[in-house]
Amino acid sequence: MDWNLLITQLMNGLQLGLLLFLLASGLTLIFGIMDFINLAHGSFYMIGAYFCGTIVSITGSFIAGVLIGLIGVFAVGALVERFIVRHLYLKDHLDHVLVTFGLILIFDTLVHLLWGPSGMAIPLPDILNGQVSLGSLELPTYRLVIIVAGLLVAAMLYFLVTKTRLGMLIRAGASNRVMVEALGININRLFLIVFALGTAMAGLAGMLIAPITEASIGMGNDIIIIALVVVIVGGIGSVKGAFYAALIIGMIDTMSRSYLDQLLQLMMPNTYAETAAPALSAMLVYILMAAVLAFRPQGLFPPAGMK
Amino acid sequence: MNWLPATISGRIYALLLLVLACAPFIFEWANQPFYLDLLSRALILAIAAISLNLILGFGGMVSLGHAAYIGIGAYCVGIPSYYDFYNGWLHLVLALSVSAGFALVTGAISLRTKGVYFIMITMAFSQMAYFIFLSLEEYGADDGLVIYSRSEFPEWLSMDSSTGLYYWIFAVLLLALLLTHRLVYSRFGRVIVGSKYNEQRMQALGFNTYRYRLACYVIAAMICSVAGMLLGNFTSFISPDMMGWTRSGELIFMVIIGGTATLFGPLVGTIAFVLLEEFLSAITIYWHLIFGIMLVLLVLFGKGGIHGWLQMLDRKAADHD
Repeated sequence: MDWNLLITQLMNGLQLGLLLFLLASGLTLIFGIMDFINLAHGSFYMIGAYFCGTIVSITGSFIAGVLIGLIGVFAVGALVERFIVRHLYLKDHLDHVLVTFGLILIFDTLVHLLWGPSGMAIPLPDILNGQVSLGSLELPTYRLVIIVAGLLVAAMLYFLVTKTRLGMLIRAGASNRVMVEALGININRLFLIVFALGTAMAGLAGMLIAPITEASIGMGNDIIIIALVVVIVGGIGSVKGAFYAALIIGMIDTMSRSYLDQLLQLMMPNTYAETAAPALSAMLVYILMAAVLAFRPQGLFPPAGMK
Repeated sequence: MNWLPATISGRIYALLLLVLACAPFIFEWANQPFYLDLLSRALILAIAAISLNLILGFGGMVSLGHAAYIGIGAYCVGIPSYYDFYNGWLHLVLALSVSAGFALVTGAISLRTKGVYFIMITMAFSQMAYFIFLSLEEYGADDGLVIYSRSEFPEWLSMDSSTGLYYWIFAVLLLALLLTHRLVYSRFGRVIVGSKYNEQRMQALGFNTYRYRLACYVIAAMICSVAGMLLGNFTSFISPDMMGWTRSGELIFMVIIGGTATLFGPLVGTIAFVLLEEFLSAITIYWHLIFGIMLVLLVLFGKGGIHGWLQMLDRKAADHD
């Protein structure tokens, strides 16, 4: 067995898992607290990447791109909540699906209008572009940066949710929204903050991945589906659940893509294994989600006190 | 004139069906074969939308994976054709049975869940179907599959000419409308509609709502697979792209434009959708923006889609009398 390859793949799985967590944590809070399905969450991932790319090309600084970009995505998220999403909380889920589907079309086209149809590459500063050697293993520095940043945000979010007053309200909202309202909390403001915060985290995920894949139209439309899977598997409204589920799904997805064919070859002839492996590895996360929904619909780690 | 439908909306729908029935002659006379193609595509999607409306509108089962059945139907034409089996009955039976099997298994699992979980699990299953076809290298994978000849039927049923195919589509459309009407106003349909509003009460009345809903889900899937079979014949090219989740989203969109839980809503909704798509995309490449804004406005302010607006006409007329 090639140990270097295994470690590289583990790092890739961790990286994908943490990116998924950045997307899914906001999604699960919006889902859990406002009972709102946001298919357009992936659009903020895309917007983040484009904001960051534009600011990097103006200022030349990747850090500035991320920081100013975050403020920008937060602002767009707040505007969308205030003028569109807020009017939908009391409508049924079908309406949420439709409006956010419409928002995807709107954002994709706006990006097309503003930045043109081709993707946007985001150059990295030299310091992040190199390799780090660990023994015989060479790892790209930037991948490590993504992992560290993801873990850092997860830790900050953990602190926010468990140690601050805002976090207390968020947890209370996820468990019992009506009770929070009855206790006299300004629910509109709480919803606005949660929505904008969630979109900013999605934007951050987009900014972090864009230097590797480049920013492109519709880049959020595939990953949002995986992020929804994470939300369901982890338990709607549970940030902790989103964290574990994101890592599990990131690992399953990465590892099955690289090792499933070898595993299947133990059980069936090579030719069948080579055909079945890619299909099965792409399907695995959906199979996991269907199994969770069928046998444990509240998710693996539901928020405390939820009915 | 007793034979005329009593309401304005009824008369408009009757006129629409009449125009659809004569469409090939109208377009031939006007020498506009392109519009017959456009209409053929619209009506195929309308069949799919009608079947989605059966579960989404009447049954309250919001499926974000209905396009999977379009794909299954299309591949039931494509794969046999790849092996030179062009018999149309074979394609039809295959589409109906494969879709029924897939719907029975996935529906049995999906219907254990409710609300938003149902939306997500139907999407998950359609994504699985999408990835299965995406990985079938033999049948083109994501490059798709070209169908070189249309399904073969006896001479009088042939779909080789565009007029023949159009009447196939039109006939299936009529059948789907008729079936929906019969189903919804039957005892079966009452149980389906009843369990949308209050499932507990239907269960208290002694109905096994799960079985009724599952049957309804399978019927909708089978109707949709015929739409897929027609679409495969119509486009002569199929790819897994036909069953991506955004396609399912578009199908929901079509139902909503027309009006959910109504007989003709999905038909007018789909025609409106396809025409808008066609004409907006001819005007500007940014037509998705207009589409998206329409969708948002429709949900925020639209009252029951096109069917709802026509009913407002009916009510005005009734007030006038």
